[in-house]
Amino acid sequence: MNFAALTRVALRALSVNKLRSALTMLGIIIGVAAVIVMIAVGAGAQARVEAQIRALGSNLLMVLSGARTQGGVRLGVGSNLTLSEDDAIAINREIAEALAAPALRGGAQVVWGNSNWATQIYGTTPEYLGVREWTLESGRVFESAEMSGAGKVCVVGQTVVRELFGGADPLGQVIRIKRVPFTVIGVLGTKGQSMIGTDQDDIILVPIATARSRVLGTASLAKQRAVSTIWVKVAEGYDTKRVEEQVRALLRQRHRLQPGAEDDFSLRNLAELMAAQEASSRVLALLLAAVASVSLVVGGIGIMNIMLVSVTERTREIGLRMAVGARTRDILGQFLVEAVTLSLIGGLIGVLLGVGAALAVARFAGWQVLLSGEAVALAVAFALAIGVFFGFYPARRAARLNPVEALRFE
Amino acid sequence: MAEPLIRVRGLEKVYRVGDNRVVALAGVSLEVGRGEFVAIMGPSGSGKSTFMNLIGCLDRPTAGEYWLDGQAIAALPADALAAVRNRHVGFVFQSFNLLARTSAAENVELPLVYAGVTARERHTRAREMLARVGLADRAGHLPQQLSGGQQQRVAIARALVTRPSLILADEPTGALDSRTSLEIMALFQALNRQGMTVVIVTHEPDVARFAHRALRFLDGRVVADEHTAAPADAERLLVGDAVPA
Repeated sequence: MNFAALTRVALRALSVNKLRSALTMLGIIIGVAAVIVMIAVGAGAQARVEAQIRALGSNLLMVLSGARTQGGVRLGVGSNLTLSEDDAIAINREIAEALAAPALRGGAQVVWGNSNWATQIYGTTPEYLGVREWTLESGRVFESAEMSGAGKVCVVGQTVVRELFGGADPLGQVIRIKRVPFTVIGVLGTKGQSMIGTDQDDIILVPIATARSRVLGTASLAKQRAVSTIWVKVAEGYDTKRVEEQVRALLRQRHRLQPGAEDDFSLRNLAELMAAQEASSRVLALLLAAVASVSLVVGGIGIMNIMLVSVTERTREIGLRMAVGARTRDILGQFLVEAVTLSLIGGLIGVLLGVGAALAVARFAGWQVLLSGEAVALAVAFALAIGVFFGFYPARRAARLNPVEALRFE
Repeated sequence: MAEPLIRVRGLEKVYRVGDNRVVALAGVSLEVGRGEFVAIMGPSGSGKSTFMNLIGCLDRPTAGEYWLDGQAIAALPADALAAVRNRHVGFVFQSFNLLARTSAAENVELPLVYAGVTARERHTRAREMLARVGLADRAGHLPQQLSGGQQQRVAIARALVTRPSLILADEPTGALDSRTSLEIMALFQALNRQGMTVVIVTHEPDVARFAHRALRFLDGRVVADEHTAAPADAERLLVGDAVPA
């Protein structure tokens, strides 16, 4: 018997017990739908983490100034500005695979015309954009004359453009940061939310010397060239762990720390942190899919159960088919195709239900979901495999019946 | 002498039921020629059903030889037996064994499906066979829409459709009233007159009187082999029945 004929026979047999067939399919429908929804939700979560990593900039190290103890009170990271601009310059000079940008950070009220906005002021160098993989939407970054001469120029983030300028073109406009006039020379591209949900576009970049002398700092800081943070980007393809150790060794040497003495700065490997989070979200996605596939297997057992019942019910039919010339493989094929038809129809309905449910989750629960053709194909292939696997035993049982006994079966 | 259609030598069948050996067939040797109409008779447990299963290639003997149409059958594997059943034997059962929810024509086509005949030819031959058993106008009917006699005719058409060399009928009138039984026997006699070899298993002497030859089984052996030159004519009895004296 050819495949089309077998499928017709299977469909007819299944249509005899419509309710029973539908209930049997339900197991597969739920299983496939669950697999698709779980993969979509898991992939969505993973995509979100990956987007955050991209927003932060990949392979990022962060060097923070050390803690100071004042009269027995430990004041926390950054309370003692042990890092300096020269440390960043040294890193750029000594470690070829690292790009470093020093940063001084502080908040300030910003005024343009009759609107104002409180935002974050970042004193840094042009390297900062390269380190954070941040692009300029328009304009330019600081020139070296502006860097050395503490030029009163700034580059603004998208949130500042929206809130302060109300969407007007900020290029060439003069804004006041703590009453000091700055000319806007560049506009940053959109970066989005950070991993902890802060708005990374709510920022104004100024040359670090300007920030120190005009906006954030004091005269004493100006002499020290001290900075709170140095961002370090490790070039693509290099081991961040190794570069991290190189940076640590260089800074210890520059700060003249004895062997065994504690670091007077702290080094954070953001790339590793992110990688850990990505790995955990991937494990979660895998776990969700695995739990969902358990329900598919349970559906498969339902198919096997019903196929065994069906074989017993139709023993005489099997005997008759054998008497008129059906071979072992004809009977095997007939019942196998019947089981696979059940699982495949269930699988296709499950795909529709699963895609619908995933879209509903995205819409009503507001979760990010990611539907992929691969996931759908995987679920259908899995359903097919379940049909073959759980259909084989009942089918073989039918094919091995003795025709004499099958014909006599009541 | 021409090769007989059925030739069996020392045919034995022993079943094991727990520790007991049950001898169903204790060495049967006989021949059935082409065109014969044979009735196999005997009480239940006499071995007649076992014998029919063996010559119908549904089962394999414990010992002995069997040639059907010159082909040695006893040692064939299961799928080869299926092919022999498909091509050489047409079965008719007491309970008809038609597939439910399947039209008369499709039931008749079933053996051709396993013979690998194309759909177009299957349809033609099924209609032809239904016409031959007098059911040309019932091709699209489902079994449950047909009377018992009509269902058995469909079953006979199914047995004939592969043009077998042998029709094997197991109590074909057991589920039918006496008049319908006569009609079915008349059909078998008509087929036999056209050259078909017919073997009927029955325990009713009333059915056996239409055969040329009666084989009586008892305790797994053939105890009598009787030939009748002039068996009863079912067709004439039917006409006689219709016109009461």
